Amino acid sequence: MTDVVQGPFRNEKALRRLKKRRAADVRFRTYGLSAIAFALLALSLLVASIGFQAVSAATYHVVRFDVVLDPQVIAPDGEDTPADISRNVDGFYSLLRSDLLETFPQAADDRLSRLRLGDLVTRLAVLPVARTVAENPTRIGRSMTITVPLNDDLDLYLKGAVSKDARVHIGEIASVSETTQNEVSLSGPSAFRGLEAMISTLRAEDGDAVDARSVLLTSGSSTGRVTHLETGAAHVTMLTGSADAFRGARPVARIIALPETERNVSDQQIAWTLALKEMGRISRVPHFSLLTNTDSTYPEIAGALAAIVGSLLTMLVTAFIAIPVGIFASIYLEEFAPRNRLTEIIEVNINNLAAVPSIVFGLLGAAVFLGFFGLPRSAPLVGGLVLALMTLPTIIIASRAALKSVPPSIRAAALGVGASKMQSVFHHVLPLAGPGILTGAILGMARALGETAPLLLIGMVAFVADVPSSPTDEATALPVLIFSWSTNAERAWEPMTAAVIVILLMFLVTMNGIVVLLRRRFERRW
Amino acid sequence: MFQQLGHLPMGWLMLALLAMLASGAFFVGRVQAERFSGPAAARIHSRPNYHGYFVAMWTFVPALIVALGYGLMGESLVRSQLVSELPANFLKIPGVELGVYLDAVSRAAVHNDYTGADRVFAAITNRYLEIQGVVKLSAIGLALLGATVGFVLARRRIVPGFRARNRVEAGIELMLFLCAAIAIATTVGIIASLLYESLRFFAEIPFWDFLFGTRWNAQTSAEFGALPLFFGTFMIALIAMLIAAPVGLFAAIYLSEYAGPKVRGWVKPILEILAGIPTVVYGFFALLVVAPSIRSLAVWINTTLISSGLTSEPLLAAQPTSALAAGLVMGIMVIPFVSSLSDDVINAVPQTLRDAAYAMGATKSETVKHVVLPAALPGIIASLLLAVSRAIGETMIVVMAAGQRARISADPTADLTTITVQIVALLTGETEFDSPKTLSAFALGLVLFAVTLVFNLIALRVVQKYREKYD
Amino acid sequence: METTVTESRENASSELSVDQGEGLTFPRIECRNINVFYGDKQAIFDISLSIPDRAVTALIGPSGCGKSTFLRCLNRMNDTIESCKVTGEIIMDGENINNPDIDPVLLRSRVGMVFQKPNPFPKSIYDNIAYGPRIHGLADSREDLDAMVEKSLRRAGLWEEVKDRLTSPGNSLSGGQQQRLCIARAIAVRPEVILMDEPCSALDPVATARIEELIDELRKRYCIVIVTHSMQQAARVSQRTAFFHLGELVEMGDTDQIFTNPRERRTEDYITGRFG
Repeated sequence: MTDVVQGPFRNEKALRRLKKRRAADVRFRTYGLSAIAFALLALSLLVASIGFQAVSAATYHVVRFDVVLDPQVIAPDGEDTPADISRNVDGFYSLLRSDLLETFPQAADDRLSRLRLGDLVTRLAVLPVARTVAENPTRIGRSMTITVPLNDDLDLYLKGAVSKDARVHIGEIASVSETTQNEVSLSGPSAFRGLEAMISTLRAEDGDAVDARSVLLTSGSSTGRVTHLETGAAHVTMLTGSADAFRGARPVARIIALPETERNVSDQQIAWTLALKEMGRISRVPHFSLLTNTDSTYPEIAGALAAIVGSLLTMLVTAFIAIPVGIFASIYLEEFAPRNRLTEIIEVNINNLAAVPSIVFGLLGAAVFLGFFGLPRSAPLVGGLVLALMTLPTIIIASRAALKSVPPSIRAAALGVGASKMQSVFHHVLPLAGPGILTGAILGMARALGETAPLLLIGMVAFVADVPSSPTDEATALPVLIFSWSTNAERAWEPMTAAVIVILLMFLVTMNGIVVLLRRRFERRW
Repeated sequence: MFQQLGHLPMGWLMLALLAMLASGAFFVGRVQAERFSGPAAARIHSRPNYHGYFVAMWTFVPALIVALGYGLMGESLVRSQLVSELPANFLKIPGVELGVYLDAVSRAAVHNDYTGADRVFAAITNRYLEIQGVVKLSAIGLALLGATVGFVLARRRIVPGFRARNRVEAGIELMLFLCAAIAIATTVGIIASLLYESLRFFAEIPFWDFLFGTRWNAQTSAEFGALPLFFGTFMIALIAMLIAAPVGLFAAIYLSEYAGPKVRGWVKPILEILAGIPTVVYGFFALLVVAPSIRSLAVWINTTLISSGLTSEPLLAAQPTSALAAGLVMGIMVIPFVSSLSDDVINAVPQTLRDAAYAMGATKSETVKHVVLPAALPGIIASLLLAVSRAIGETMIVVMAAGQRARISADPTADLTTITVQIVALLTGETEFDSPKTLSAFALGLVLFAVTLVFNLIALRVVQKYREKYD
Repeated sequence: METTVTESRENASSELSVDQGEGLTFPRIECRNINVFYGDKQAIFDISLSIPDRAVTALIGPSGCGKSTFLRCLNRMNDTIESCKVTGEIIMDGENINNPDIDPVLLRSRVGMVFQKPNPFPKSIYDNIAYGPRIHGLADSREDLDAMVEKSLRRAGLWEEVKDRLTSPGNSLSGGQQQRLCIARAIAVRPEVILMDEPCSALDPVATARIEELIDELRKRYCIVIVTHSMQQAARVSQRTAFFHLGELVEMGDTDQIFTNPRERRTEDYITGRFG
């Protein structure tokens, strides 16, 4: 027979070509893998960034005040009914302010300082205290420990979120001498070497911007700002406390990365806060008020309670309408509808409605429910109606699939013992399709819980400060709250919005988890 | 006296009334059926329960209709009556303010705390309560009347030979049909309301100006050229698809052709999670993480280009909200729409086609590229269409991260606005329902609905035909 | 000059005297100790046999006895099934194709396969045939490709029927035509061996007869191995027959001998219809 030039499976040209083809094969597979990796990466980035922010809001700083409830301040003559006391924000706030002025007497000198000092806590933060005292009037005249949240920007600063501070330990300060009032000069051999080294490192990275940064020196509860630094000595303006605290001490220096002009909190306020912290009057506690307070314009006392209740009410209305109507509609379409044009149209309709953008349902709600029927704006009733219409197609489609999966033999058996069609459906088919229908309903509700656009269009964007008590009260919902908080300017809203997102996601995870459990337990294979 | 009645809690009352009527009627009917005796008793068709249901049905439904009528129309009835009685100077107030005033009246009436208000307000609120009292009483009366009539008529039919079960089941079937018809009613409602309001809009603003005008300043200077909005929507959807299409498709290919069952079991649900995250969360992510990063990147590009001498002015807009930020995040959100459906259709391609390709010495990637994908193409196209439709209709991500400036710009780091953003902006600001401003939102909504409808229909048809081919 | 072994062989053999009768050429494929496992379950038990060139070898036996599994070993199609493990040697042209060194992609361009149910690609008739030569780079120009397509279609006996509609889709043809298309597609990459897995079981008797005619033509050029559950077909079409039962090779020999004078009891029982 014929001789071959090379082994038939080692033909060079074919092998070379094969190599290219194999390389293309590997590349193709890599594309697929990288696509999945990209999607997973994006998801992790999303979850991580939100989770990270949310963790920051999970705790916050509160300030402790031990004050005497002076009756002349909080319950002056003519305004001493419990109702008056519970509204006397100014009175209680002035108690706190007086306490602060006592702690930092230097601030009493000019008006601006007094204002700044007062800003350490928000006025409205005393409302819960006022209410408590109003309910127990016997406490008036006695001393009471009051805990209020710290100003949101200072809270962020203490958490390290405002500005990345560089901290350096200073060596021992040998001598302290006062130059002018409040200006001192600190000197110590090689005391400031570390500080100088840090400053030059920063200068190498960020150039001249370093000069605008504040450098604070803290020892105990005394803090001063560095005005001039030379080898072995530093000129410092005292912000709080006395310069004596520095003598013989090893202060800590903070280089605040964000210049004072670009911040919401001044160096002075930071100094006061550090002092309070040193005195043990500031502690970091879990941020329960996020769940128990209602909305407010001040981040530190704002909470999501109204939104949570509003969402629950809205979901109740949606479930009450969409689930029964959806199940009944799917039963009709699957079991009773004749195969004619009308039924076909209804089916195409439903498939299409499931893909209509949610904002269109919002427009429908605004035009029909608000405009034509005159139902109350921003009410869970209207929101629930709109979301119900939006969720209906999804529930119908899922229920139909569940009904379809029940084998015809069951229906035939029921009819065979003399049950009517209606009885066979409700007594036999429906229970068997139950788990599937239930999972479809829960998934539909989960989607409705996260919807925002339709609710915006029916007016649910207003600032709602009261917890709604009925479906016709003005309310807001969790996703709407997230939307409105995220558009607020102050930095402190970011971690709080992230925390509310985590709350929302936890609801969703629970619902989806239930679905997975149901599927596992009740999945039947015919 | 009517004023007191105005405080009736209609919700609970109606509920209790309906429940009592239904159960009462049920028992009466059933007892009556149980009492059948004599020779006629042998011909009983239906069990007594069904007789009870029959009577209950006829009693309950009229009352229910009245209750629903009150629920939907009651408030507007009261208000229109009140307005007709108001002195002349009230009628000169623009509609919005009047609405707000009436809202306050209604609220005060409910909470019953208007003693401190001015006398006019108090008088109006009193009258409001009176009218409400009348309406509420009438509603209850009408419901009772309807229930009684139904009850009496129904009871007369209860005889042994009466096919109660059939009647009841027919009634239930009617109810089922009505539930299914709500789906049609919804679509009709959507189309009707969109059309109605849009036509009122187009009566004032010419259609072509709207469709092809290039200046959109609805809130400030009543210019309604929607072209920049269409452009913004298109641009952001394009960016989104540039990400979602390749990632989704290749993910689907990997999952169905290369991945083992364990990997599939983990990755598929995780991809589904992407679809389940609320869009407001995506919007937050886009606003606070993605948009600033893109801005920094754009600024860096600008400075590098300038310092390297290629340009003298900043090239990119580098806005804090940008089309690119919104488009990127929207792309991520839309990935599961592409991957899920594509995965299904790729799996549905019969194994024997793949075998034929392998048997002639094709590599795996060649088989997928040249045989499997072309076979699955209709389904893949359908998934892309559905994804585009979703991207076009998306609201929250663009509201939070895209911007408000209506303009046409090829720069992805500029802020653009879209149809959905404008709809939200128009309807959450002033609530004057008759101005062209608010109506333009409906015109935009009509365009949106029409476009997504076309995409959806095409996609659904394609999926249908594809199923026919391979089933 | 030639690019594949096949062409050189074809040219060479046209000079030799062509085998007209049943005189068989050297073993084209030699199988030694083949065992096939699906996970823990063994499907093929220690089979050794030789398959001659320029002839049709039929694999017969009751359903589930492993014929198709064994057939798929010959072009390593079992590699596409994850849990499947094949041991033993399959020698073709002096090489063991079970050797992991050998790329099955190259192997499959030399050993073609036709399946039970016709499975044309969702492409035009032309592209169906042209696909193989394209990916293996067998054609240098469009004219080359056209010529290859025509040659394959002629050899499969389909050219006259489709020459005017090469751009119409492959699955617009009738069942029998589709199967001939699949055969043409397999031929187009110029294999030396063609494996056929019950090629006529989805076709009507008229189409079956045409395919059997075609097989008879093809065996002058190719080594053909056909799995069939129809003994009559095996008797009509093949020169050598192997009888499989429960994953074992019971008997192999000349077709005449197997059907008239089987050596083994089991073979006789199957042939006379006592089981099957």
